[in-house]
Amino acid sequence: MRWLLVKDLQILKRSPLLVGLLVVYPIVISVLIGLALSKGPSKPRVAFVNEVPPAANTIQLGGEKIDTSKYGQQLFNAIDPVRVDTEEEAVQKVKSGDVLGALVLPPDLTNKLASGLEPAHVKVYYNAEDPVKARFVQDTITAQVQKANAAVRKKLTKIAVGYLHLINQGGQFSFFGRDFDVLGLAKADAILGAVLKQLPKNSPVSPEIAGVQRFAKVAHDNLDLSDNVLQTVGEPIVVDQHVLRGGKTPLDAFAVAVAATVSLMFVTLLLAAGSLALEREENAFGRLVRGLVSRTALLAEKGFLAAGAAFVVTLVMLAGLALFIDLAWDRFPLWMVAVAAGAFGFAAIGLAIGGLTREVRAASLMAFMLGLPIAFLALIPSGSVSQTLYDVTSAISAMFPFKPTLDALNAALNDAGGLGKALLHLALLIAAYGALARVSLRRFG
Amino acid sequence: MSDGALLEARGISKRFGEREALRGVSISASRGEIVAIIGPNGAGKTTLLSIIAGSQQSNEGDVSRPAGEVGWVPQQAAVYGKLTVSENLRLFARLEGCGDVEAVVARMLRQTGLEERADDQVATLSGGNRQRVNIAIGLLAQPEVLLLDEPSAALDPRQRERLWEFIRALAEAGTAVLFSTHNVAEAERNAHRVIVLADGELIFQGGTRELEAQVASNRDFETAFVEFLHKKGH
Repeated sequence: MRWLLVKDLQILKRSPLLVGLLVVYPIVISVLIGLALSKGPSKPRVAFVNEVPPAANTIQLGGEKIDTSKYGQQLFNAIDPVRVDTEEEAVQKVKSGDVLGALVLPPDLTNKLASGLEPAHVKVYYNAEDPVKARFVQDTITAQVQKANAAVRKKLTKIAVGYLHLINQGGQFSFFGRDFDVLGLAKADAILGAVLKQLPKNSPVSPEIAGVQRFAKVAHDNLDLSDNVLQTVGEPIVVDQHVLRGGKTPLDAFAVAVAATVSLMFVTLLLAAGSLALEREENAFGRLVRGLVSRTALLAEKGFLAAGAAFVVTLVMLAGLALFIDLAWDRFPLWMVAVAAGAFGFAAIGLAIGGLTREVRAASLMAFMLGLPIAFLALIPSGSVSQTLYDVTSAISAMFPFKPTLDALNAALNDAGGLGKALLHLALLIAAYGALARVSLRRFG
Repeated sequence: MSDGALLEARGISKRFGEREALRGVSISASRGEIVAIIGPNGAGKTTLLSIIAGSQQSNEGDVSRPAGEVGWVPQQAAVYGKLTVSENLRLFARLEGCGDVEAVVARMLRQTGLEERADDQVATLSGGNRQRVNIAIGLLAQPEVLLLDEPSAALDPRQRERLWEFIRALAEAGTAVLFSTHNVAEAERNAHRVIVLADGELIFQGGTRELEAQVASNRDFETAFVEFLHKKGH
């Protein structure tokens, strides 16, 4: 087996394009992913036009001054605003691709907000040349407008509660510069009670005053509850999040695990499938297995070659990514275990592909045709498709090494848990695909 | 094993699904003997040699020598194009377990006249030279029995003549040689004995004159061979 391994390394050495790809591929992928995750804009660039006159930024509502620009600021927490002066300029920036979208606040925005008679409108422009981008812009801006809406609603609710408190308890109220004394229901109830006591027993107005007093009492008692009701209406649903399954891996850390798994998959699959199929294309298989090397030893040699090369390539890639993203080097031994287990998993299926296809080109094509959809299926999150379809995709994913390798790498890199289960899953797949590869060699010669 | 026979294959049968490629074929080869296996396409010539060489398993029958003791030269050169001539020889010499690998490689390069091309990648060689490397690998372990499947198929007449000179020299040194061929004239010229296979059955083995006598032909051996096949219903 040693001499076969030396022979394969000699052949690899004489295939500079292939070796170049193996070396360049992880470096390029790691640099690209690293740059995308660490240097990319954390917020989408959005052109912003504020046509509201500066003086109109502050509106008077219920005797209280509200600075609407404070609420607009919330929007900028989620976007990188590119301030422009006109709507046309904003549209031009969207068309040229300089910004992802444009947000226009019309001049009558605050007046409409202050009137409370009709909703205030804002305009959003974006390119919908692809559905992913369209959804991204829609979601980002809708979420932020909803946040601003919620903040304004909260302020309005506070004002309404103040009004109700004034009506209930009484107090000072300022309107168009004039101060008013508001009696309040509580005091009205007390005054009417005192008046009733002073009236003669058979006074004809006593029943009417008693009716007004009852109204004042009932209204006072019930308006006491209105604070809570209005607070609830202002924020009817409060989200209280609990993670039931899976870790709390940040998106960029998970992306590292995905990138490493994809690289590991392609390098191992292509090398294992190609190097085995090459033995047949060179007609050497028949010569080798007539007593020089057993079929099982030949498979083992190809498996070690492919897994070993992919192991090194993936660790180089992770080291490259670590320049951009904070990876836990103290977990390096676990990285090695996860990468090695994944590499052998992909090597086993690669050997089965090589054994079944029997030609290098067919093996390479099959590796790509199988690898891409399997990776795609493994990344479908639960809840994004129907339960039945998700179960089917999960069952299919479980039959291939991508998902358990991703789980193992995520566990090793991000302490997401489940490493042992993923390794056991991979061990079963290695055994199953190893057996399939061995059987496929029966018709290989 | 029969007296003097270096190799015997007894009752070899091989099935591919429903199709019977070989039916109870028994052959032998003695020291210094050159035996040609001839027959129409699909007769089972390559299958028989592959089974004796250990590349394929038979369904029935047995071979007197283990595969490791038999030199095997498949029809298509079984060599690595990206390796040089000497690297190919060195690899297979190590796999064969040859003692002094470098000495064996040097000997084979000399015997096959490939010393000047030793450092060339096999992919850059002509078909004839590639076949010489193929044969050299089959001879690395100095086997007493050499099997060649259509050895001259890819060679021009000059290369073919050099190949047969080489093989005759091996036989004179005591090697038993079995080869398959489509070229009946080549079998007549070079073989001491011919074995005729048709539809997986052995229908004749003996000298070329004996076969001619069976059809009472007074024309050339190739015509006699075709008449013989007709007579046997093939």
